[in-house]
Amino acid sequence: MHPAPSVILFTALSGLGFGLLAFLGMGLPDVTGWVAFVFFFIAFALSVGGLLASTFHLGNPKNAMKAFSQWKTSWLSREGCLAVASLILMGLYAIGVIFFDTKLTQIGWIGALLSIGTVFTTSMIYAQLPTIPRWNHPLTSAYFLSLSIAGGALLAGQATAAGVLLLIAGAVQLLAWFDGDKRFAQRGHTIETATGLGDIGKVRMFEPPHTGTNYLLHEMVYMVARKHAQKLRIIAMVFMVILPAAILLLLPSNHMLALIAVISHLGGLFASRWLFFAEAEHVVGLYYGQR
Amino acid sequence: MTQLPAQTTRKLGLVIDLDTCVGCHACVISCKGWNTENYGAPLSDQDAYGEDPSGTFLNRVHSFEVKPEATPAQTIHFPKSCLHCDDAPCVTVCPTGASYKRVEDGIVLVNEKDCIGCGLCAWACPYGARELDKAAGVMKKCTLCVDRIYNENLPEEDREPACVRTCPANARHFGDFADPESNVSKLTRARGGMDLMPELGTKPVNKYLPPRPKDTMDEIDILAPLLAPVATETKGFLGWLDKALEKL
Repeated sequence: MHPAPSVILFTALSGLGFGLLAFLGMGLPDVTGWVAFVFFFIAFALSVGGLLASTFHLGNPKNAMKAFSQWKTSWLSREGCLAVASLILMGLYAIGVIFFDTKLTQIGWIGALLSIGTVFTTSMIYAQLPTIPRWNHPLTSAYFLSLSIAGGALLAGQATAAGVLLLIAGAVQLLAWFDGDKRFAQRGHTIETATGLGDIGKVRMFEPPHTGTNYLLHEMVYMVARKHAQKLRIIAMVFMVILPAAILLLLPSNHMLALIAVISHLGGLFASRWLFFAEAEHVVGLYYGQR
Repeated sequence: MTQLPAQTTRKLGLVIDLDTCVGCHACVISCKGWNTENYGAPLSDQDAYGEDPSGTFLNRVHSFEVKPEATPAQTIHFPKSCLHCDDAPCVTVCPTGASYKRVEDGIVLVNEKDCIGCGLCAWACPYGARELDKAAGVMKKCTLCVDRIYNENLPEEDREPACVRTCPANARHFGDFADPESNVSKLTRARGGMDLMPELGTKPVNKYLPPRPKDTMDEIDILAPLLAPVATETKGFLGWLDKALEKL
């Protein structure tokens, strides 16, 4: 799949933002006034900024409001609804702790649950698609959720918890990579099933339908060099998980080191998310002799 | 609405005969022509006369080579457009309700006024039937020429999809799959019409007729008896000459 920068930014930043909102909703860290303002500002900037970034890849964003209507069947619509609901509830909670020194505990907990729910709906947009075997698995949700929660803990300054959660997210990431590598073959989609011509013999593409490229090839038949993918996996794992977890678990906590951990995590997260899209193989590639 | 109807009154769709398709791309051109001038946003081209042309098409003809074990390879031209699936995954993923499957005839359509161009329906389609138009920013797909098949301003013989009307090889057939006696149902039964990527459970309405098996012919060589050597042992003058020259 085409790794569109807008979608990489959206999933990475909003994941972190909703993860942080979840921790703030649970009262971790227990802050009020200006300190709470800074935490909530970061959380809202990431989650709302991410949602806004996601509209950049729309062909026709003026209809975006209509995307709240189809929650009965569409995970994308559900995501929009849950995102707005959690932002409203966490906004109320934020007003309480920032301006009135009052913790609306129940609203905070519901907001936290909805925030995690939003990340789950984001993951389901990808995990629901049988046309992309690498994504079509519960590990996709586990990958999004574990990273969102670990990143949230990191931003919320929960050093030890964040270290452990990062290691868990790293394990999920490894599993998602190595299990995902095998899934296209396991599902048995081949150029023979795509064309229905397998009964006659071995099929290969003779001529593509056009000499030029098209939307499908650009969007869904993106090919990433395997060699680079392996390097990027190592980069993602080191910066997203190993370096920040080592800082949080092994070194004494201070603000400078925490900042390094956050920046490192963010860089690694972008690499991981780029790979999430770039390595995903859509079955339509079979009609173009790719896969 | 993006909930699929439990069943549709009619099931309009196409039968595509892979045996007779000659790969002329006339259906591609007639489709682009009709659908650029009629229903919805035109099908735009980018850099049409430059070095890297691309554009929106609702129907594309692929060509495959199939190599049987023992016999020579066959070239099979393979037109591909929306299959108007019964269990259309592109419809249910749509966040705005722009994509829908009609209860009355099963045609899958996009209401361009509601489309946000997120592209998720194109991701959900295994067949590459949906393309986002770069100029209009909305999703385009085969409408089964919904503006032709019910159009009483057209002569009756033109009330079928443009691709079917134009096919010079008669490789495309249009009809109602819900009626077991329709032309398309009969063709599907008679020729073993098949689904593409059946393992994905999309239940396509459109069917593909596999190429008929090639017959094999015993080798008949009508000249062979005439070419067989007539004399096994040489005699006469030529026989003497042959031997004499042999001895030299």
